[in-house]
Amino acid sequence: MIEVRQLTKRFGPQTVLEGVDLRIERGESVVIIGRSGCGKSVLLKHLIGLLQPDAGSVYVDGQDITRMDERSLLQVRRKFGMLFQNAALFDSLSVAENVAFAFRNQRNLTRAEIARRVAEALELVDLPGIEHKRPAELSGGMRKRVGLARAIVYRPEILLYDEPTSGLDPIVADSIDQLIIRIRDQLRVTSVVVTHDMRSARRVGHRVAMLHDKRIYAAGPTEEIFASTDPVLRRFIDGVSDPKHPDF
Amino acid sequence: MRVGCAWWSDWLCGLGRVALLAREAFGSLFRGRASWRDVLYQVHFMGVKSQSVILITGAFTGMVLAAQTFFQFHKVKMDTATLAVVSVSMCSELGPVLTGLMVAGRVGAAIAAELGTMRVTEQIDALRTLATHPVDYLVVPRLLAAHVALPLLTAEAIAVGIGAGYLVGVGLLGIDPAYAWHNMLRYTGAVDVVIGLIKAVIYGGIVALVGCYKGLNCGLGAEGVGRATTEAVVVASISILVANFFLTLGLTPLLTALGL
Repeated sequence: MIEVRQLTKRFGPQTVLEGVDLRIERGESVVIIGRSGCGKSVLLKHLIGLLQPDAGSVYVDGQDITRMDERSLLQVRRKFGMLFQNAALFDSLSVAENVAFAFRNQRNLTRAEIARRVAEALELVDLPGIEHKRPAELSGGMRKRVGLARAIVYRPEILLYDEPTSGLDPIVADSIDQLIIRIRDQLRVTSVVVTHDMRSARRVGHRVAMLHDKRIYAAGPTEEIFASTDPVLRRFIDGVSDPKHPDF
Repeated sequence: MRVGCAWWSDWLCGLGRVALLAREAFGSLFRGRASWRDVLYQVHFMGVKSQSVILITGAFTGMVLAAQTFFQFHKVKMDTATLAVVSVSMCSELGPVLTGLMVAGRVGAAIAAELGTMRVTEQIDALRTLATHPVDYLVVPRLLAAHVALPLLTAEAIAVGIGAGYLVGVGLLGIDPAYAWHNMLRYTGAVDVVIGLIKAVIYGGIVALVGCYKGLNCGLGAEGVGRATTEAVVVASISILVANFFLTLGLTPLLTALGL
């Protein structure tokens, strides 16, 4: 469904990704882990064409999206929904207008139908009845849930999550994980989750890929990755800053 | 020398990117991709909410122009030509230029700050993921609204400026109203009003395009947004002043040749 081939991305003199290969099959849930600043979000943004690579290609359902212009990409992006790290809700719009944004150019839907689908999406993320609130009135967890409602309301085939649990307390983070799993199973979407929250990665992913040193260092079924004895993987999964003193 | 070359090359690149943005925006505009609701909202923001600024600018410019012209003309006994000068100046030069500059300060800065903040907080990326082209949603309504609002605001500034100049000239400085009115109508032609309105349409485009370009391409963080806002005002203002010279030079003979 999504295939990344030899992707390279540079920002000025700094190379962030170099020769990245990754394949994501329809219906699976892939978690991309790696240290802060290693290029996880950059890789995620390439999957939906928000960034253009310096070399390599990204295929979505067999189409190379790196060769498309912005207008052609809009058609491909209808298959995607994306939850941003800080939710990226539109400040000037209410929650309902944010969630219904994808329908603004769809003339075949009535206002009542749009309102019904917005309410349904908000219900799915456990936030019923907040349609008239403004994003500024919401907490961090609520903003992420509304962002998720906005991403799922038009039933995309692929959902991309950029650090869905960062900056949230463990209980809210747990509820976001539950939501990702529920949406994955109920809507049968392909999920790609970027995170460095190991608990979250273990729960939501069928497969884990670790980005390290500008490349996919390891990829495999979640349990296999978490049971690995590879020192780089182990150090990241166990969260050890100094391998000589693992208890500190 | 190298710094000068880099500045020149950056300036040319920026100009090229503004031209590409303009092409994309006008293409989208003519394909009818803008939402009328968004356009009306922007017309309200640019037009209705700029009323106080434009009224004050127009009135005081007209008054000071009348007073200063009277003081100079009085020396050569040409008092009654004062309002003709005020009228022609307001219609073809001061009305559109000062309106453009004031709107660049108020609206251009607001556009750059809003779009810049949207860029920094990934809202523009969010738009793109929702299959919406940022030019269709953000640039076209602002561009169209500026093309509508600026001529209306300019017409208002011209009318208020001439009215205030008349009050100062006739009411305060004692110019004969019949002669003042007669000379004003005699020396102010339709060509002056048309030049002013054409300029206003062009300045509207400059303010909206520069504000959108600076906002969409702003640097990261609060500093990037601040710089984009300042640059939007400075670049739009300078562009208006430079464009005004060439428009005056080109439009006056052109419209006169067309019989206006």
